[in-house]
Amino acid sequence: MMPRAKLKAQKQERAAELVRPLPQGGAWITRAREAALARWSEMGAPLKRDEYWKFTDPRALIAEGTATAAIQDTSDEAPMFDAFDRVKLVFVDGVFDAAASDALALEGVEIGLLEDAAKADLHWAKDIYGTLDARAQTPVERPLASFNTAYATQGVLIRVTGTPAKPISLIYRRSADGSDALLHHVIRVEAGAEVTLLEHGPLAARSNTVIEADIAEGATLHHIRSQGRDHARMGASHIFAQLGAKAQLKSFTLTVNGQLTRNEAQVWLDGADGSAHLAGASVGDGAFHADDTVFVAHNAPGCESRQVFKKVLRHGAVGVFQGKILVDRVAQKTDGYQISQALLLDEDAQFLAKPELEIYADDVKCSHGSTSGEIDATQLYYMRARGVPEAEAKMLLVLAFLAEALDEIADDALAGDLRDRLEAWLQRHK
Amino acid sequence: MAALDNTELREGVDRETVETVQSMAGTYKHGWETEIEMEFAPKGLSEDIVRLISEKNNEPEWLLEWRLEAYRRWTTMEGPDWAMLDIPEIDYQEQYYYAKPKSMTEKPKSLDEVDPKLLETYAKLGIPLKEQMILAGVEGADEGRKVAVDAVFDSVSVGTTFKKELAAAGVIFCSISEAVQEHPELVRKYLGSVVPQNDNYFAALNSAVFSDGSFVYIPEGVKCPMELSTYFRINAENTGQFERTLIVAEKGSHVSYLEGCTAPKRDTAQLHAAVVEIVVLEDAEVKYSTVQNWFPGDENGKGGIYNFVTKRADCREDRAKVMWTQVETGSAITWKYPSCILRGDDSQGEFYSIAIANNWQQADTGTKMVHLGKNTRSRIVSKGISAGHAQNTYRGLVSMHPKAKNSRNYTQCDSLLIGDLCGAHTVPYIEVKNASSRVEHEATTSKVDDDQLFYCRQRGMDEEEAVALVVNGFCKEVLQELPMEFAMEAQALVAISLEGSVG
Repeated sequence: MMPRAKLKAQKQERAAELVRPLPQGGAWITRAREAALARWSEMGAPLKRDEYWKFTDPRALIAEGTATAAIQDTSDEAPMFDAFDRVKLVFVDGVFDAAASDALALEGVEIGLLEDAAKADLHWAKDIYGTLDARAQTPVERPLASFNTAYATQGVLIRVTGTPAKPISLIYRRSADGSDALLHHVIRVEAGAEVTLLEHGPLAARSNTVIEADIAEGATLHHIRSQGRDHARMGASHIFAQLGAKAQLKSFTLTVNGQLTRNEAQVWLDGADGSAHLAGASVGDGAFHADDTVFVAHNAPGCESRQVFKKVLRHGAVGVFQGKILVDRVAQKTDGYQISQALLLDEDAQFLAKPELEIYADDVKCSHGSTSGEIDATQLYYMRARGVPEAEAKMLLVLAFLAEALDEIADDALAGDLRDRLEAWLQRHK
Repeated sequence: MAALDNTELREGVDRETVETVQSMAGTYKHGWETEIEMEFAPKGLSEDIVRLISEKNNEPEWLLEWRLEAYRRWTTMEGPDWAMLDIPEIDYQEQYYYAKPKSMTEKPKSLDEVDPKLLETYAKLGIPLKEQMILAGVEGADEGRKVAVDAVFDSVSVGTTFKKELAAAGVIFCSISEAVQEHPELVRKYLGSVVPQNDNYFAALNSAVFSDGSFVYIPEGVKCPMELSTYFRINAENTGQFERTLIVAEKGSHVSYLEGCTAPKRDTAQLHAAVVEIVVLEDAEVKYSTVQNWFPGDENGKGGIYNFVTKRADCREDRAKVMWTQVETGSAITWKYPSCILRGDDSQGEFYSIAIANNWQQADTGTKMVHLGKNTRSRIVSKGISAGHAQNTYRGLVSMHPKAKNSRNYTQCDSLLIGDLCGAHTVPYIEVKNASSRVEHEATTSKVDDDQLFYCRQRGMDEEEAVALVVNGFCKEVLQELPMEFAMEAQALVAISLEGSVG
């Protein structure tokens, strides 16, 4: 076994190799970038030997050179969220495309771009940008987020003051096989406000994204994303959200294909009676590795949290779930729930999980479950006995399995769109 | 116990539960010391000490080399830092690695020759080393039931009972130092074959300096005629105990083995790093039960045993079965993961655990179920109870390898917190690499399985009655895994209700 000091040195060495000059910017962002770079250099780059990279090899995420991945033709499906009225912001290969986007105007919201804000010497985002990333470095280090904070020049800054009539939709398109993208979004939902943020598309051959969300008292953020169908795509994403009293967060991620996806979330329930629901459905066939690493910290009494993650895997696909519910001493009356389940459709698939509980308060209700197995033969038999053909019966059972995660989406119509994508995927991968 | 006395009772946690935890973990009954003249090896750890221990035990060259290799590996290793334990720095040079009563210099030929002081010590602990007597706690319960005991006092085995009767059945039960002399071929074949010298930091330390422990060999087809038991007692100050237990169950054999341990109350912490290796061959069955009651430290967290134990069973052949049952009430720090390697097809591993941590105790314990063979089965039931300032962690691994088709695991962890200064944690690792295996991990606050409850209610019971029945049945299910000999301790635990717990 490698001594710990040597391992640390190796991580720092790797991190140093990736250091380059920071982007130019105003005073506020330069301070944030310098601090993030210092964190990156100190923590070092992630390695497979790190406890929280045990099931996912981060090497490809930090490899030198531009990553390449073939662009998937998705014309066999209707464009995502097409039926919904929304404000569209388009990024092509990780760069904002003004011509393809709607005007950045929506009542009850202030939408800006990171590239513009970075030029200013002061910006409202200064209290959030990099701050939540720094906070998220304990108890588990997330160096890729700090790397993003240091070097990202693209992203949106959204301040929600009311309840806008339509969702804000971030659309990620690709134009080149070779691309690396760093996106960093900041969202501030003011007290009592409510907004829905949609993200979809493959983004880049390799991506590293950070969303920092500050959800004030009584505010609500709905977040729904779909990570694109490109098979060779790689990416690490981070959602860092802090919630005030009675605030709500509902985040759902659909992961379809992709050779390497690491989705990290860290949520802090800082005010009483807050609520955080994080859910995800991932389906993979063949070279697919999808990792959900989700931490929810209960720092105030009376909060509720749910983590619901479902994975359907076949032909060597690998699903990873690392979850944690951390309940502080003061967080009495916590209601925490966590479920991670995998359906393995053939013998080669793998499910690796570490569902943790860390509890320091005595009057709480916390439970977690994790299961892995194949399609239940009894259920299949039941349906076949009633005349449902085998293939159809299997699909229905798989969809039913995934439904619990989709149920976490508040808007039924949006959930329906995602359900259709899953069904289409299952049709293609029979 | 002040922390507990002032505990405000939460809804669903009854006074009886609190009191039972108090009586189990609050007052330490075995904290007295035996005044006896001891012979120590010099303080500290070095190759010379390893050589000295080997020489004292009159060991063959290969074993000395084996120890030295372990020692050299140990010097290059670092202590584990991944457990949810705050382990104070241990000065390995401030410990004695070998201590034996002077009266044991000439090894007694029979129990009659053993120093009466030592016999008294064990009698006081409820472990009479006389063959006509049976263990305390079972008197009347099962008349004529016999338990063979190997008593280990600091670094040496004091004596083993019922040896003749066991020998008649072909069973070898003796101290490991004796086994090295009498059955070197068996020891050489199996020692380190389950837990290699460099398996982990504490296993390496143990491999270098282990002084005594028990050796059990059950020949093919033999059902061991009585329970076997080892009782470990740490007595000397600043002395670590490093026992090594090796159990080999040949084809179709069967044995139940019990282990108990206590130590005097002292202000300074003491080190205990044991290794238990179990080899289970075709159709054999081994049941290993532990009541761990090392001194847990006082109510301010002073003193106590640091218990770093590596226990592993290797179900090497088809249909082998192993069952670990543990009741962990003692030790300031517990770092212990009794594991099952399910190599043979249709082999089975079970782990039942109750861990109670009070005051400033810290426990990080659980199991590993490594499924390698087809149709292997494992079951984990763990209950952790935390009180005072204690931290109690279940840490476990369930691993289904690609070839372990049609295997099953079921895991259930429940934790109970009494007071808001303690912590209860669950850290399970689940690795499933084939689809036909089914793995279920569950840790819930609803202590009662909804299906069972539904079943009872359907048959006309009211909810409370149904809950009581199911909880009772569930609790018994774990405790019944304990052999009769541990009945006394087990009974005290039955009273603990599972109300108000968290997973």
